Amino acid sequence: MSAHAETLHHGPAKGFSRWILTTNHKDIGTLYLVFSLIMLFIGGTMAFVIRAELFQPGLQLVMPEFFNQMTTMHGLIMIFGAVMPAFVGLANWQVPLMIGAPDMALPRLNNFSFWILPFAFTMLLSTLFMPGGAPNFGWTFYAPLSTTYAPPSVTFFVFAVHMMGISSILGAINVIVTIFNMRAPGMKMMDLPLFVWTWLITAFLLIAVMPVLAAVVTMVLMDVHFGTSFFSAAGGGDPVLFQHVFWFFAHPEVYIMVLPAFGVISEIIPTFARKPLFGYRAMVLATASIAFLSFIVWAHHMFTVGMPLAGELFFMYTTMLIAVPTGVKVFNWISTMFKGSMTFETPMLFAIAFIVLFTIGGLSGLMLAIAPADFQYHDTYFVVAHFHYVLVPGSVFGIIAGVYYWLPKWTGKMYDEKLGQWHFWLSFIGVNLTFFPMHFVGLAGMPRRIPDYALQFADFNMLTSLGAFLFGTTQLLFVYILVKTVRSGKPAEQLPWEGARGLEWSVPTPAPYHTFTTPPELDKE
Amino acid sequence: MAHHSAYYVPPQSHWPIIGAVGLFLTLGGAAALIYSLQQESDSLLAQIMLNSGALILAGMMIGWFAAVIAESRQGLYSPQLDRSFRYGMSWFIFSEVMFFFAFFGVLFYIRMFAVPWLDGEGDKGLASMLWPQFEATWPLLEAPNPDQFPPIREVINPWHIPLINTVLLVGSSFTLLAAHKALKREDRGKLKGWLSLTILLGLTFLGLQIYEYIHAYTELDLTLKSGIYGATFFMLTGFHGAHVTIGSIILLVLLFRVFQGHFTPESHFGFEAGSWYWHFVDVVWIFLFTTVYLL
Repeated sequence: MSAHAETLHHGPAKGFSRWILTTNHKDIGTLYLVFSLIMLFIGGTMAFVIRAELFQPGLQLVMPEFFNQMTTMHGLIMIFGAVMPAFVGLANWQVPLMIGAPDMALPRLNNFSFWILPFAFTMLLSTLFMPGGAPNFGWTFYAPLSTTYAPPSVTFFVFAVHMMGISSILGAINVIVTIFNMRAPGMKMMDLPLFVWTWLITAFLLIAVMPVLAAVVTMVLMDVHFGTSFFSAAGGGDPVLFQHVFWFFAHPEVYIMVLPAFGVISEIIPTFARKPLFGYRAMVLATASIAFLSFIVWAHHMFTVGMPLAGELFFMYTTMLIAVPTGVKVFNWISTMFKGSMTFETPMLFAIAFIVLFTIGGLSGLMLAIAPADFQYHDTYFVVAHFHYVLVPGSVFGIIAGVYYWLPKWTGKMYDEKLGQWHFWLSFIGVNLTFFPMHFVGLAGMPRRIPDYALQFADFNMLTSLGAFLFGTTQLLFVYILVKTVRSGKPAEQLPWEGARGLEWSVPTPAPYHTFTTPPELDKE
Repeated sequence: MAHHSAYYVPPQSHWPIIGAVGLFLTLGGAAALIYSLQQESDSLLAQIMLNSGALILAGMMIGWFAAVIAESRQGLYSPQLDRSFRYGMSWFIFSEVMFFFAFFGVLFYIRMFAVPWLDGEGDKGLASMLWPQFEATWPLLEAPNPDQFPPIREVINPWHIPLINTVLLVGSSFTLLAAHKALKREDRGKLKGWLSLTILLGLTFLGLQIYEYIHAYTELDLTLKSGIYGATFFMLTGFHGAHVTIGSIILLVLLFRVFQGHFTPESHFGFEAGSWYWHFVDVVWIFLFTTVYLL
């Protein structure tokens, strides 16, 4: 059939239309990654405003109302605009390459999933310029803050979230179908690279919980505009119900943002330790267990809301159970490195920092899981420290590590190793300087989401702000490194990393526009 | 293992970006319309956005599906690609299941916890002090604060219209099954008959549902604003009704395609996807009928 030949060998289109009309998984992966980088800087700018205001006690720069808008928008943009799209970008690039597929299973749908996002965030960001300002109720949009006391822009927030949800669900369907249906002949599920496994489970979580987010924002919209009383006790509803539905979505969402990072790390550690991953089956099972547990732990975010004792206990114990599979993962990563011939290129540095710092975030999570202790920690900076440790040196380091690791294959060029090392060390110092002191001010009782604080927290807050400025500015270096690599990087080899295994390294460097148009032969080891 | 004839990777397509613009205009227009109603400001621009967005979305769907159908009829699709569609549709329906799951969860939480707590049950005793006269019942005719949420006179009798609707919708699943069997037997006449009957049943269901809503609003004082019973009732039945509407449109398109001579006994994924969706909507109704109307 001649139509086949034509469609399979079309190269990239000329001009800008390539990026708008593309059905190519590599183009779409690039779009996702670039979009996520832009969002990282927009969300980062908001973090700058927050940290500048908190540099010293007292109100200096912004009004409390605007401060609340900044914390809300920072959270929403980083979660839905920066971290999630970055992982979808990595999946777009890597899943077809790693399983020997010609493209994603549904290429046009793939383009649709991406192009919804810029519109969704245009809508969300436009709320900053509306009368009454942007959403100010925190990214968790608890009722009644998001219903009775919400600014008028809440309506646009609701529809923007709907668009992000549609994008995520369609993207996840594509990933899951690709993995189930597009594997090279002979590649069994238990042959899948761990990055693919973690994304499979992430995609399942996305399809399961994004509709719940859609439901909860819809109920907010109904309560605000159409007189329903889902979250109003005066009508027989319950504001606590909001928290239950929201966290039923948002707890799996937390794992959506970190499981693919686990996958990236599980690819990088074996490469630079020059040993196969320790305990592959255990890693797969641990990931699946974490995903399962994520559905039955949600109310640990609500220990202080006034739940029956049985609820407190149930959610405390299930939450603590998560430490078991997570511990398995950390143990396996370390065992992979044990007695390996390790080298410490930039991706490996970020990966090792991931293991150490993510574990710190995991341990503070365990502290928060203890219901009676949580009464002290709840809504303090200790919580902020906890989730930033799992999200920044967790998810974000995972993404950066993945980008450095696969960049040579994507671009055909090698990044500047020396600058990469600078990027790592500055980020590492910055991230710890920012978030470590938050533990102390949090334990001492400094509440989160507040533009002013008591004098005794001043020193630690100044340190935190300095760290944030360092970390934020360092990411400009990351952009410089990326641009430099694409423009004038040295040509990369077919196999840029000595210890790297997997189908993605079997294609030429840079990866041609179309790869695996006929499925590859697998050589069984 | 799978058949691995070359997988069809479509060339550049303008449908997704048209869809993204359409979606933006539709949802942005809807948001702006609701916003301007709330602010009592002019809503002309919002209406233009909403309507043009909806038109663009409709055009996108027609164009995109037409392109896929044309490619399929050219024989570009391998069995592997057919599986991609099947898996894709199944996971999409799973996402819809989770959407309804959330609303059913809300209903159960309200009935099992929130309403009894407001009446002083359990160890959350404080809630009952807000409205001491409140009595927990289900169906909840009078909300804790009846001034803000006016009471319901009576709820819908499940043994009248809802029962008829149950018979109609469950019946329509069987007529659709009969249509599918006829399609597999290549009995085009029966296929058209059964499919048309399915659509007729679906539309009758919708008509009765609309009648029931009018009845609820005008005679029973059962509205969205009448406290949590009205809220859950209209949210669940309303989203279900929206899905029946979408399902009916899908079936109408299928009927149109049948008349165009599409579908063969071996290859008729479009028909199957549509019928999966219809059966899903039917199953949701059975849960609705039991937990919203009966119990």
